[in-house]
Amino acid sequence: MARNGDPIVYRHRFATRLWHWVNVICLYVLFTSGLGIFNAHPRLYWGQYGANYDHAWLVLPRWPGWLTLPESYSLAMSRHWHLFTAPIFAFALLLYMLWSVFGGHFRRDLAFRKGELAPSHIWQDIKDHARLKFPTGQAAARYNVLQKGAYNKLLFLLLPVLILTGLAMSPGMDAAWPWLTQIWGGRQSARSIHFIAAWATVAFFLAHIIMVVLAGPLNEVRSMLTGWYRLPRARRNEVEASGENQ
Amino acid sequence: MSFILSRRSIILGGTALLAGCDKLAANKSFRETLFTAENFHRWAQRAITNREALAQEYRPDQRSWKFRANGTRNPDSEAYKALWREDFVNWRLKIDGMVSRPLSLSLAQLRQMPAREQITRHDCVEGWSAIGKWRGAPLKPILEAAGLSTNARYLVFHCADIYGGIAPYYESLDMIDALHPQTILAYALNDRPLPVANGAPLRLRVERQLGYKHAKYLMRIEAVSSLAGIYGGRGGFWEDRADYDWYAGI
Repeated sequence: MARNGDPIVYRHRFATRLWHWVNVICLYVLFTSGLGIFNAHPRLYWGQYGANYDHAWLVLPRWPGWLTLPESYSLAMSRHWHLFTAPIFAFALLLYMLWSVFGGHFRRDLAFRKGELAPSHIWQDIKDHARLKFPTGQAAARYNVLQKGAYNKLLFLLLPVLILTGLAMSPGMDAAWPWLTQIWGGRQSARSIHFIAAWATVAFFLAHIIMVVLAGPLNEVRSMLTGWYRLPRARRNEVEASGENQ
Repeated sequence: MSFILSRRSIILGGTALLAGCDKLAANKSFRETLFTAENFHRWAQRAITNREALAQEYRPDQRSWKFRANGTRNPDSEAYKALWREDFVNWRLKIDGMVSRPLSLSLAQLRQMPAREQITRHDCVEGWSAIGKWRGAPLKPILEAAGLSTNARYLVFHCADIYGGIAPYYESLDMIDALHPQTILAYALNDRPLPVANGAPLRLRVERQLGYKHAKYLMRIEAVSSLAGIYGGRGGFWEDRADYDWYAGI
């Protein structure tokens, strides 16, 4: 809870908070129902085609019921969940990207600033993360370079790749827009990349949760609900270090 | 303050969330809402994209070295075996329902009609794909010859196989896909007569939809104004039994 005297800043605008939670629900449903769909044919291929006689680069056992939606195998129900949620997820992302780019969020909070991409700065940030030394005071009001990198990768790479590879698996869309499969090297490649990007998103999620927990979960979750974020005060033995970060 | 995220608590939490979703899906009106996604995708695809767009066609060297057969691999009924033993010379495709001139076509007649060859990708709802070369008679001129009524909204494809011994397999299309130039009645796969596993003597190819729409072992094409009252009323074997989407372009 907020300690007296700690500055409180308005960190997350309403659009960010709304999109964040819509996205949480969408990604949860999409991931679990996606694993349910995967169970119908748990083999992955590269190229235009791929079936049981063809070389699979990955063959997995079926995902257990506690990971899939629905819990007991039903390809039709998994697809209903997945295809109902996918357009909500895609249009929410599209709107959020437009809002971010044209509304100033990207320029203000996500774009790398001068000097941030210097190897020495990135290396310093990696060392700070490894030592669990998080920014305090005014430095905590902005995203650090690793944070920006992670958010940008999710927002502008992983999630769009998931949408485009997902569309590439639709035979109706492929006929209308043949480039959808061509950019991935074929429908089965698109399916493989969809799978990889889904797990990369899980990796982002895990790192994200770990950082939230380490950085103070109540303050972090509250800021994503209300927008208001308490700037962590520099701890006594870190006063000099935080001074360097200014 | 720290949270303890043990594997156990994650599994329990995840299972509880999934169980909650399953509980929601057991609710009839929730399911109906979930199932409306099919209509959204069909509407969006047809609104945004060209309704006449052709599915991608491939070069001969891009074909699967072996084309997977799925679903019924042999109808295995006495009636079908009798047709097969005679090389399907006594097999007939009936075209009836809302047509002014019902037809009964032999395989030889179908082979004499103008043919279309296409090397296309077959996408199964399960996730796999196979590329093969099909040769067959485009459906559109056949429907014109039969005098298709302008009030007919769907074509129902009746098949010779009793899927899994449960019920006759059937499928249906609306006119946008039925009249599409790549929609053919195929009698050859990879330059050979259609094998039994792939639907001999005749199967439907509807290249912009998933595999379960491509009815095999065709016996009869019926033009109708509504799918209600035909078998389970939802337009196909899997649609009736397992809640598959009728529109399989997704």
